[in-house]
Amino acid sequence: MKKHLLSSADLSREDAILVLDTAAQLAQVADRPVKKLPTLRGRTVVNLFFEDSTRTRISFEAAAKRLSADVITFSAKGSSVSKGESLKDTALTLEAMGADAVIIRHGSSGAPHRLANAGWINGSVINAGDGLHEHPTQALLDAYTLRENLCGGVGDLAGKRVTIVGDVLHSRVARSNTLLLATLGAHVTLVAPPTLLPVGVENWPCEVSYDLDASLAQADAVMMLRVQLERMNDSYFPTAREYSRRYGLDHRRMESMSEHAIVMHPGPMNRGMEISADVADSKRSVIVSQVTNGVSVRMAVLYLLLGGNSPAQPAPHEGIEE
Amino acid sequence: MSRLVISGARPLGGDAVDIVIDGDKISEINPAGSTNVDGDRVLVADNLVALPGLVDLHTHLREPGREDAETVDSGTRAAALGGFTCVHAMANTEPVADTAGVVEQVWRLGKEAGWCEVRPVGAVTQGLNGVKMAELGAMASSAAHVRVFSDDGKCVDDAVMMRRALEYVKAFNGVIAQHAQEPRLTEGAQMNEGELSGILGLRGWPAVAEEAIIARDVLLAQHVGSRLHICHVSTAGSVELIRWAKSKGIDVTAEVTPHHLLLTDELATSYDPFFKVNPPLRAAADVEALRLALADGTIDAVATDHAPHPSEDKECEWAAAAFGMLGLETALSVVIDTMVRPGLLDWAGVADRMSTRPAQIGRVAGQGGSIEVGQPGNIIVIDPEVMWTVVPSELASRSRNTPYRERTLPGRVVHTVYAGTPTVVDGALAETKNNERSVTS
Repeated sequence: MKKHLLSSADLSREDAILVLDTAAQLAQVADRPVKKLPTLRGRTVVNLFFEDSTRTRISFEAAAKRLSADVITFSAKGSSVSKGESLKDTALTLEAMGADAVIIRHGSSGAPHRLANAGWINGSVINAGDGLHEHPTQALLDAYTLRENLCGGVGDLAGKRVTIVGDVLHSRVARSNTLLLATLGAHVTLVAPPTLLPVGVENWPCEVSYDLDASLAQADAVMMLRVQLERMNDSYFPTAREYSRRYGLDHRRMESMSEHAIVMHPGPMNRGMEISADVADSKRSVIVSQVTNGVSVRMAVLYLLLGGNSPAQPAPHEGIEE
Repeated sequence: MSRLVISGARPLGGDAVDIVIDGDKISEINPAGSTNVDGDRVLVADNLVALPGLVDLHTHLREPGREDAETVDSGTRAAALGGFTCVHAMANTEPVADTAGVVEQVWRLGKEAGWCEVRPVGAVTQGLNGVKMAELGAMASSAAHVRVFSDDGKCVDDAVMMRRALEYVKAFNGVIAQHAQEPRLTEGAQMNEGELSGILGLRGWPAVAEEAIIARDVLLAQHVGSRLHICHVSTAGSVELIRWAKSKGIDVTAEVTPHHLLLTDELATSYDPFFKVNPPLRAAADVEALRLALADGTIDAVATDHAPHPSEDKECEWAAAAFGMLGLETALSVVIDTMVRPGLLDWAGVADRMSTRPAQIGRVAGQGGSIEVGQPGNIIVIDPEVMWTVVPSELASRSRNTPYRERTLPGRVVHTVYAGTPTVVDGALAETKNNERSVTS
């Protein structure tokens, strides 16, 4: 593993499988009455959120706390960040406080790269979503969920077909997933109207289609991306209804999927837009377990970046805090 | 008064001669070593290359308004060290150079500093707002003798405004220097639109946003019979359009920056804002096309687009950072690296693209001449072989935002002579007090 997790491209196949295997071990902690390991006791993890994202922030917070780390949450709202303090000064402040890891969510693509590489801090940097760029722990939790549901929870995703649908242009989830799932051997198909695909997407490690119906029958999993309604005002598509008709996953389309195929969504959902309520709540939907898996995967990432090489689970003599 | 003798220099890389400057003009050119230099000031230039003083069509001196980034004095020191004897100071200052008062102030500051000739560029529209034409005639008639007009930093995107401006400046032989950037296609744009922008998640600045404006403007220039100059051409498509326009006899000229001749968009993968510039760094194929176009003359001039920014505007995340990079002190080295060493330009070609043609485009009398008896004493002496490493803290500019930090480049300016007075001697700024220098107006 590299020191930082900035992009899914930082993960080799072996790294990714190590994270997933570690997450599977750590997931067992969640089944215990006391959901806590002493692994990161005394280490300081900073949640640095320049963008509102309650679910990702809480997920990282839970992950760090279950590993007994001291967690400091630094949200842009109500802090000096919202008063115009620069990323550099914030970073220097965190460094002065002795942060061992900084989890950063930022509206500008590349902000985690700057934090990791500008020489402002020494700790590990974990990208929790940057601009239109990447969200690698989301990709890891999606890979975990796919592996659990399609591969018996072991190995990689070789040969599995994953269709990712929606606003690829503005989606860091799509970027991170395409890279990671391809690394793990899955066949990824991106489906979107041409206006919501980035220039150069033909060179990504995936297939690209404008036609959702054509790619459903083959898919082992369909991942729906959130489409923000303001895209409509920028003429990426004419109306929400037209988008929903052409690219939304409704009951009729779900019927055309094969028996075992699952439905995923990184949340938050626009019910009735990219996904209909009955699909979101159907038994094919693994959307809720994606959230659960998010905590395990983030524990694994924190553990591997901070905890070094000792085993993920406590040795018998270590015991569990009770 | 004693004369100035540049001894043993090779004009345009030819035979070594002694160049004698009396007052502000070249008075004699003698075979090397044959000049009686008793009582004369001598600049030793043994077998180094002599060129006419360089002329920059595109410099941001930031004064008035952003003296924290650069001043006329600090910027023209950098210019002298880079071999420039004339720079065109862009209009996007605070206040904007859109009145005779502001352009005269900048011109006077340049004269007082005395490191090189400062030719202010006038804004095309008031406050660069693109809506109301600035008093172009007043600026042309002022002491600053403005001939180049530009809203640089912003595109004159309104077709009617562009047409009127092109027409209006014919009255005083002006030129409109267009910053070609279709605004709607580049809203929030951060880097070249291509495969990398998609991967990096940075909003794309597509080539078509530059090319669409160039296509429109060459047709406008043809229609009204005016003179058009295209700033910082950055794409292979733009080169094709300009080549076509010239083949039709349209009076268009173009410039390319040193950074677009050397650097590519790959550098954005570092997310280091030192590589953030407008227009953005493009693909390797664009760089190749720009070099060939400069070689064959389709692109007329190298212009630095020297754009100083204080460190807080670059030490931040990419999207928050300012666009622009320093250029004056590295321009000639980059041209040597990208054009001279690969054999695309000889020294006569460098003199043409960095001195003669930019002086013609800016209608600057007394600059861009040849090294001949009777010509103005604007001469630089360069050592093209020496390699040097760019250390930002050693630059004369008040800012540090060079994209060439730690990079080793060929060629350095040894002496700069401006209007018969040395401004740079042995690679360092001359100690002469500024106000003792004679200045051409």
